[in-house]
Amino acid sequence: MVYSRGMPVEYHVGPQDLIPEQGGVLAVAGDVEVGIFRVDGELRAYENRCRHQGGPVCTGEILGRYEAMLNPDGTLAGERFVDSEPRLVCPWHGWEYDLSTGRCAADRRYSLKRFDVSVREGEVYVRV
Amino acid sequence: MSVSDVHRATVVPDRGFSFLANARREVERRGLRDVPIVDCDCHLYETTAMPEIVRYIENPNVRRSFERSSIGMLMHAMLPGNLGDRSSSGRIKTDLDSWLPVGDRSDVHPLAGGLLHSMDQMAIDYSILFPTPMLTLGAHPQPEIEVELGRAYNRWLVRDVLVASPRIRTMAYLPLSNPEASVAFVEEFADAPGVVGFMVTAVRYQPIHENRFMKVFAALNERSLPLAFHSGPNWSERPFEQLNRFLSAHALGFPFYAMLQLTNLVINGIPERFPNVRFVFMEAGQAWVPFLIARLDGEYRMRSSEAPLLRRLPSAYIRDMFFTTQPFEQLDDVDHLRAVFEIMAADTQLLYSSDYPHQDFDLPTLIWDLPFLSEDARRNILGGNAMRLFGLPVPS
Repeated sequence: MVYSRGMPVEYHVGPQDLIPEQGGVLAVAGDVEVGIFRVDGELRAYENRCRHQGGPVCTGEILGRYEAMLNPDGTLAGERFVDSEPRLVCPWHGWEYDLSTGRCAADRRYSLKRFDVSVREGEVYVRV
Repeated sequence: MSVSDVHRATVVPDRGFSFLANARREVERRGLRDVPIVDCDCHLYETTAMPEIVRYIENPNVRRSFERSSIGMLMHAMLPGNLGDRSSSGRIKTDLDSWLPVGDRSDVHPLAGGLLHSMDQMAIDYSILFPTPMLTLGAHPQPEIEVELGRAYNRWLVRDVLVASPRIRTMAYLPLSNPEASVAFVEEFADAPGVVGFMVTAVRYQPIHENRFMKVFAALNERSLPLAFHSGPNWSERPFEQLNRFLSAHALGFPFYAMLQLTNLVINGIPERFPNVRFVFMEAGQAWVPFLIARLDGEYRMRSSEAPLLRRLPSAYIRDMFFTTQPFEQLDDVDHLRAVFEIMAADTQLLYSSDYPHQDFDLPTLIWDLPFLSEDARRNILGGNAMRLFGLPVPS
């Protein structure tokens, strides 16, 4: 779901090569801090406000989903990062969100507030 | 939807941030600067100041040991271990104080300056300050280490840190492994500026109901002082060795030691013997309190001869005790949380605490946002209860 707060205002962020794959920037757009990230070539923009206690989630680490692998007999085979499924981690308490959807990994009822982001003539714009 | 204008956003280099800028925004959204807030449990990392603290150690051989220890040596050789990666493999950034803002007060101890800055960001009027690595000190096999380091820490804190501001207070460290020394601590620090009571670390192995400890309770009772049991995890505790994740050891450890100390206090009638001591249980959350009330009342009704000093149900004593909020245990159904609050008489007995800067710190907004609390209850839990308990003046 894409949220808005009344009439959105468009902000110019900068050239799109500012934002690397599975990386991002933090931008201050008016009185709103927005994290803009690239996942599988697509841009995503989230408010820098963790759904837990309001922490600066968009300044946190980006890490792959961590998974456990099981053998057919139910024994644990090992654990590994899944780099193709990046997550954004709030540096305050560690709440993790899917970078591509903004959904909280541990409790899908929570999502980061999301903004429209677009690219025109190589420049990134976000509407907040 | 039309867009009337294009504005320019400012890009923050490297997604850098001020650690508590978001806290400031959250409290200001709610107008919390107008609400008196007492943080009943926040921490400093005293290891960073150990060269200052060791100057106050009296025993020359103990002092020499600490003088020659690096922080690494302290954590591994001089203090009982406190296993576990709080940072969740580096995801959480409150590791020591490398990320924490230092504030702009050059006229006070740097730790006090940083604390005052963080208090301002979180709209906190008073902070009750506790150590961090020393929370394991009660389990040290050498009682003289607990006495020497506890005394040095108290003296350093009172003389060098608390003088920074009347907004910073403490419950002085009590080395319960040595009851005579504990009484001497009460005599030395009870009236020291900034001291609002005493603290015993809950992770320890001395049965606190034994006769040798009664002189400590008597000294506190005579002065009507609060006594806090500050909990902690202890992954090295034998039953916890089965737990393979820090999450598990951390979740169970804090309430485990709180329940253990509280049970011993109540069943042995310590509140009956020393009715002026106000007991506080810190950093153990609160969801366990209804469980313990039900459990102890049930056992007592069947076996009251084992607790002959009690004149009331265990629950009646527990409802006279105080509990800090952090880590605040949210329940999905707000009615369930309301029931927890009602069972433990939270309106008068619950005390807001942040545990800042530890990795599971809580903002005061968590309490402010609870929909079932009256305005009075909110204000009591955030500050009123603590101001009455500790005799703190209304902040200006």
